Amino acid sequence: MSRELVFKRIRQALQNGGEDTSATGAPSTWEYGRPTAVADPIGLFIERIKDYRAVVLRTPGVEEVPLLIASCLAKAQATSVVVPVGFDEAWIRTAALAGIELYRDEPPLSKQELDGISAVVTTATSAMAETGTIALDHRSGQGRRILTLLPDTHVCVIRIDQIVSDVPESMALLKTSIQAGLPITLISGPSATSDIELTRVEGVHGPRNLYVIVVG
Amino acid sequence: MTDARRSTQTSVRSPQHSERSGQMRDTHRSASTCDAQHSAQTRGRRTPAPPPDPLLESLPFPLAARQLLQNQQLRANLRHATHTIRSKRKSVVAELPHWEELRSAGAAMKDRALCSLDSYLEQLEANLIQNGAQVHWASDAAEAQRIVTCLIKAHGVDEVVKIKSMVTQEIELNEALEAEGIAAWETDLAELIVQLGHDRPSNILVPAIHRNRDEVREIFLREMKLYGQAAPDDLDNDPEDLAACARNHLREKFLRAKVALSGANFAVADTGTLVIVESEGNGRMCLTLPDVLISITGIEKVIPTVEDLEIVLQLLPRSSTGERMNPYTSMWTGVTPGDGPQEVHVVLVDNGRTRVLADPIGRAALRCIRCAACMHICPVYERVGGHAYGSVYPGPIGSVLTPQLRGLKSVLDKSLPYASSLCGACAEVCPVKIPLPDLLLHLRRRVVDEVKRRHVGLEQTAMRCVGWVMGSGRRFGLVGRLAGWTRIFIRRDFITHLPWLGKRWTARRDMRMPARVSFRRAWRRRARDKK
Ligand code: SF4
Repeated sequence: MSRELVFKRIRQALQNGGEDTSATGAPSTWEYGRPTAVADPIGLFIERIKDYRAVVLRTPGVEEVPLLIASCLAKAQATSVVVPVGFDEAWIRTAALAGIELYRDEPPLSKQELDGISAVVTTATSAMAETGTIALDHRSGQGRRILTLLPDTHVCVIRIDQIVSDVPESMALLKTSIQAGLPITLISGPSATSDIELTRVEGVHGPRNLYVIVVG
Repeated sequence: MTDARRSTQTSVRSPQHSERSGQMRDTHRSASTCDAQHSAQTRGRRTPAPPPDPLLESLPFPLAARQLLQNQQLRANLRHATHTIRSKRKSVVAELPHWEELRSAGAAMKDRALCSLDSYLEQLEANLIQNGAQVHWASDAAEAQRIVTCLIKAHGVDEVVKIKSMVTQEIELNEALEAEGIAAWETDLAELIVQLGHDRPSNILVPAIHRNRDEVREIFLREMKLYGQAAPDDLDNDPEDLAACARNHLREKFLRAKVALSGANFAVADTGTLVIVESEGNGRMCLTLPDVLISITGIEKVIPTVEDLEIVLQLLPRSSTGERMNPYTSMWTGVTPGDGPQEVHVVLVDNGRTRVLADPIGRAALRCIRCAACMHICPVYERVGGHAYGSVYPGPIGSVLTPQLRGLKSVLDKSLPYASSLCGACAEVCPVKIPLPDLLLHLRRRVVDEVKRRHVGLEQTAMRCVGWVMGSGRRFGLVGRLAGWTRIFIRRDFITHLPWLGKRWTARRDMRMPARVSFRRAWRRRARDKK
């Protein structure tokens, strides 16, 4: 069996010279999950995610969220939107009134159906200021992974208390989701490529428009 | 008809002068002849055929490099690419005050994983199985190919979509699947350009850097219609439109695919989570849409704990594309009920990795997280590009990894540790602190030891003679005096041509004639005169 063969080879290899790899020597003093010093995480997050050419809107309270969602969808010229299970229905009422068709993912929509829908609205799990990253663990309100993939516009609602300094702090929050077996998607701006002559092009496969609504 | 004629013509050409050398002189013209030929040979194939003369594989590095250096276009493109990425990397790395600490943490973490590789792999396997994934082990490339082929065939499909992955290139999976009648479609934009262009990737990060926008347009127009959704006739050469064209072409394939293949950037032992770091979203498509996901990954990709992700997720994007964070990162742990593929396989591949692990010094190469920073900073790579390294791993890391993976057997592998000026730039940028120049020297020593073990070479004999002469002052003085006598016969100041083996020295430099009077004698005379 190859499994045994591979393990045998590994154990033999490790007997050769044991511990002493050509390693850097010094044991790491890294502390996990440390917040990094960021003066204004919310401001930095907004600045950084704008760098990726996402559109960011900020509102002090939830009251304005329905209006902002509707205006994002209008700006993206969306005609239909998929609403994940657990997403606050009240938030999309304005959009529905504006004539945008709503699809609920219950029962689950097929790939083909989703491919025909122009936008998706979700919440998020956490956001990283330093890198301008949104993290989804696809729990209630964030939808199955495919929902934030096929539609061309993604509108994401984030509360300011979800915004943390940097990758370590956010990963520490995501740890329980990962341990619970949930899939994680980290999104830093719309999909992009620099494959042709290193020219940056937004939107190859994922949503080409990313709208972020920061609440609080 | 014309196709047939063309291929008979080329078959007359000597093998060394096939496509590649032609391509060197005139990228445009020969690229199209080469492609036409392929279509002729490849009727019945499911995917475009790669070039028949792979990677100049048999040539030792200096010879391959000499050929590639003739290609002005490639050199200009590479220079542009490497310098752009270099400066982006530099500026985002400078943003993090704790970058050095992060690098040490990365190195230590990978070392920790490698030093107990067996127990971490056992943990990974157990957690994968517990979360509904099926785990397979492959000791070499052939076995990995077999496993993947069987899995695909079991689902009765003859087409799969694929995320760019180094290990699948290493085990030459696409061609193995093709031979079994299975079409494996690359979905990364650059890889698609390479695949449709009957080409090979020239770089880990920007595999199609050797193609300009006009060439890409031409390839799309010519090839897409043969394999699916055609490119629109009025396609122009704007990268944005070219990307949109690829989006449409691939969307059809994504929606249709039942099975997807991927690699993994990291495999977390304590949770059984695999991680893919990408830019375009094609990875997410492959990981989410199909019913079956087969992830092929090298055994060295394992990292101990879920906490360790924070280290590599900071190191990798900044080092590779020079971004604070790449657009998309996906993590999945076996099967997620109701979300994504409901059948998940993980194939863990050795294929020489345990051989690398067995060298306590050389094993540091297994820390590599494939960011390509060492390539982009390398002055040698910047000039010759990826093809000369004769493997999917080019640049400094290729020079230390390839020979170890394959076992320092071929002339090419033995020449790779010498493909460096030892300037040390690579070690400075490597996010996991691999001491690349030290490893190069270590491997040079292994190459020399190998030679020594086999036969006492001329060099050794010569060195021994010199050692004997220099071992005593009297002998050394005598030889000095004898050397001075050559002046009697040769009246020039420089030796420009030596015969036989000496030619290898004088081909590159002139040698001063020995002095008429040796230093020792001159010194003695001076002392005498003073008295
Ligand atoms: S050796 Fe270091 S710099 Fe080179 S690709 Fe690997 S991790 Fe990156």
